[in-house]
Amino acid sequence: MNSDPESEPGSMTAVFACVLARDLKLASRRRIDALLPLAFFIVAISLFPLGVGPEPGMLRDMAPGVVWVCALLASMLSVGSLFAGDHADGSLEQMLLAPTSAIAVALAKCAAHWMVTGLPLIVATPLVGLLFGMSGPALATLVASLALGTPILSLLGGLGAALTLGLRSSGMLLILIVLPLAIPALIFGAGAVGTVEAGMSPQGHFSLLGALLIATAIGAPLATAAALRISTE
Amino acid sequence: MLQTAGLAGQRGNRPLFEGLNLQLAPGSVTLLRGRNGRGKTTLLRMLAGLSTPTAGSLHTTGRTLREGGPGWRRQWLYIGHQNALKDDLSASEALRFLAQLHGLPTSDAELEAALRRLGIYNRRHAPVRTLSQGQRRRVALARLVLQRASPLWLLDEPFDALDTEGIVALNGVIGEHAAAGGCVLLTSHQPLSLSAPVPTVFDLEDHAPR
Repeated sequence: MNSDPESEPGSMTAVFACVLARDLKLASRRRIDALLPLAFFIVAISLFPLGVGPEPGMLRDMAPGVVWVCALLASMLSVGSLFAGDHADGSLEQMLLAPTSAIAVALAKCAAHWMVTGLPLIVATPLVGLLFGMSGPALATLVASLALGTPILSLLGGLGAALTLGLRSSGMLLILIVLPLAIPALIFGAGAVGTVEAGMSPQGHFSLLGALLIATAIGAPLATAAALRISTE
Repeated sequence: MLQTAGLAGQRGNRPLFEGLNLQLAPGSVTLLRGRNGRGKTTLLRMLAGLSTPTAGSLHTTGRTLREGGPGWRRQWLYIGHQNALKDDLSASEALRFLAQLHGLPTSDAELEAALRRLGIYNRRHAPVRTLSQGQRRRVALARLVLQRASPLWLLDEPFDALDTEGIVALNGVIGEHAAAGGCVLLTSHQPLSLSAPVPTVFDLEDHAPR
């Protein structure tokens, strides 16, 4: 598996591509582990009708919130181990010594996390939407809001994982750090579907989600790279 | 090649060494000696750029690191006592990843030659998790062959877990590197069996904080 022929060996793109390709390959060799967040997502969502009762109207109203909360928790489930394995076997040290900035590594790890965790959640969402009897436009809005929102969760999760790397009780700290940061995405993501159901345009919510995504995509990898350097020192 | 001036390091709040003036000449092999916990690994990581010295500075050909820019330190090679191989990859995949990461040649022929040199070629398709410690060490050290052009090798316990045959192979690679003008700084708990060049010994005990 060679990296993009256009990219110079050792450049940002080359390092990004080789870390991403390796993480996807590792996930494909541990498919069951990789699909755990998806299984959690589907199981948690399908427990709601059993727990709160099968009344169609109520289920339809709470579907966007339930899907978003479960997506958030499913993302957090796997993010704790994002850097832990590489930290333990020395791979992380070697990645930080690569002839480019650690930002490429941070971005590649988060991109791999999103492709393994976020993307399957988005693909599974139409299915669970139908389970809750959501209308077509509401479902499309939900999928679009998750497409914008799950990369934010992976980027923030990567930051939390890097900050808590090598600490004791890092899982608890990770949740305390990431969940408050992820709440805006949750509010605007689930809110977008609410506006569509109320007959309004979700434009405003999408703009805010997009802005959040851009801000996170610029800020989080910088902070993650710095945190990784500190944790390996 | 590399000089340090008054370098000091600590782990946590405990000072490990201070006033360290290390000179590494091209074509030399230097053995870093010291008791456990004396800071051998800390010093190697510091030189590699993974941690920052508490005092002192690094120079190369008379210029400090800052003047030289970050670029040239990235040509240095550091292999820690961890092998940086993923259990789920095969030996050649793991080596290829490390080579790609550091912008080294990744053609099949180059990887094959490197694995052959360290005598681990016949296990190249085996998943790393099925390899013994010594075999993993050989795969990690095969990177040396790919990174011959690097001016400085920093090796933390490279002989760890290697058998006699592996030690001979590694001695050969290190000797060739020094003969080509490269510079090697390594730690080892066993006496070095390297004969050419004769390793210089640098003892960290002389630099323990007073």
